[in-house]
Amino acid sequence: MPSAAEYMRSVKEKVREVDPKDARDAAGLNGASANGAGSGVPARLIDVREQQEFEESHIPGATHVPRGYLESRIEGAAPDRSEHLILYCASGNRSALAARTLREELGYENVESLTGGITLWKDRGYDVEVPRALTAEQRSRYSRHLLLPEVGIEGQLKLLDAKVLLLGAGGLGSPTALYLAAAGVGTLGIVDDDEVDVSNLQRQVIHTTDRVGEPKVDSAETSIHAINPEVEVVKYNARLDASNIMEIIEGYDIIVDGVDNFPTRYLLNDATVRLQIPVVSASILGFDGQLAIFKPYDGPCYRCLYPSPPPAELAPSCGANGVLGVLPGTMGLLQATEVIKLIVGSGDPLVGRLLLYDALAASFTELKVRRDPECPICSRDPESISEEEMGVFPDYEAFCAAAG
Amino acid sequence: MSVVKIPPVLRSYTGGEKEVPAEGSSVGQVLTALAERHPDTRGQLFGEDGALNRFVNVYLNDEDVRVLDGLDTPVTERDTVVILPAMAGG
Repeated sequence: MPSAAEYMRSVKEKVREVDPKDARDAAGLNGASANGAGSGVPARLIDVREQQEFEESHIPGATHVPRGYLESRIEGAAPDRSEHLILYCASGNRSALAARTLREELGYENVESLTGGITLWKDRGYDVEVPRALTAEQRSRYSRHLLLPEVGIEGQLKLLDAKVLLLGAGGLGSPTALYLAAAGVGTLGIVDDDEVDVSNLQRQVIHTTDRVGEPKVDSAETSIHAINPEVEVVKYNARLDASNIMEIIEGYDIIVDGVDNFPTRYLLNDATVRLQIPVVSASILGFDGQLAIFKPYDGPCYRCLYPSPPPAELAPSCGANGVLGVLPGTMGLLQATEVIKLIVGSGDPLVGRLLLYDALAASFTELKVRRDPECPICSRDPESISEEEMGVFPDYEAFCAAAG
Repeated sequence: MSVVKIPPVLRSYTGGEKEVPAEGSSVGQVLTALAERHPDTRGQLFGEDGALNRFVNVYLNDEDVRVLDGLDTPVTERDTVVILPAMAGG
């Protein structure tokens, strides 16, 4: 049997090795454009070390495929077997073994192993990236997200950095807040001036029987921290109105609208168009729910969909008309899903579409929503939307008088 | 005959019916047929001038009739007319 050193020598004879300088040129990291085989397509760097080593530092732009998962994950990272791949590890041994596997077992035609690994790369003074890492506790808590390519570490870091404002800690806001907290959204603002009432508990699952009488924002904070103490909760024990809206919403990345009245929905629309903040909006009544994202200037706004609100007799509230307790759960979690998609940038967001849910029929219907070229708000320059006109709609005074 | 989907807030005006079949070759005719069959819906759908109320959204299948030809939009027997209410419950 050969010694380990003899074995490594024989492996390296079978793979092509590349000097750090040539690798840097081929990968297009030399500040000029790539000159890899004159093709103009830069070589792909693949880091085959362990997770912890990769997190400490890696070559910029490198794809991480630990050697232990090489065979199962390489196709996801590099589906084209003719692509120019440069593998590296710490000193050049593991990458040579991995390069041999790719070439001999998996049919990759153009594989090289970096001589001296990232150690020699650093000795030459070439750049490395020291990424922000998750703590061990975070890696464990969010492990099911990290396993999803659509989220992964990058997506989880985006979630941890995100600031989401929830309007209302009621039927819709309760499930949304719980799941966004569990998902690791870093900052959750909550606006609600109400106190927990026993009649809320049929659907507002963030509150508990022993917290009846407490301000909803305090009760919500208690539940959020019980799930995830890392979330920063910003409480606004206030009713959103024209006097405070700009101050409250500015600085948030996404707003989750679960408010229970039309004047506030119009006010919110106008303020968020002005500040260009996307709103994930849902509403519920009885057994029916509606869901849409209003993303200013990318899609329609609330006024494009509903130019004016219905008269009070056609706009009953849940208080007056009842609501199936699980319905806001369903709709709130659809909202939470859209919020997470917007943050991590995956999938097709519900922009320009309205989703209707009929719980009794167990059916979803999707309608198209278009930007109104004559929309009184979003057809204009955001700077031109004045605070005086925000939230005002035709017959506003009569509406509010009728609504009491 | 086409089918008109009635939203929950209007079902008290249609005797609880969720879907009402209605004759007509345009959206306007279909809605007029609905209003003849259930007269209480008329005041909710149309203003005194006969135009659709601003707060009523009407879809032909999945498209807003405002981006089609409004009440003149042609309707076939296989089409569904959806009356969409704004809701504000949370």
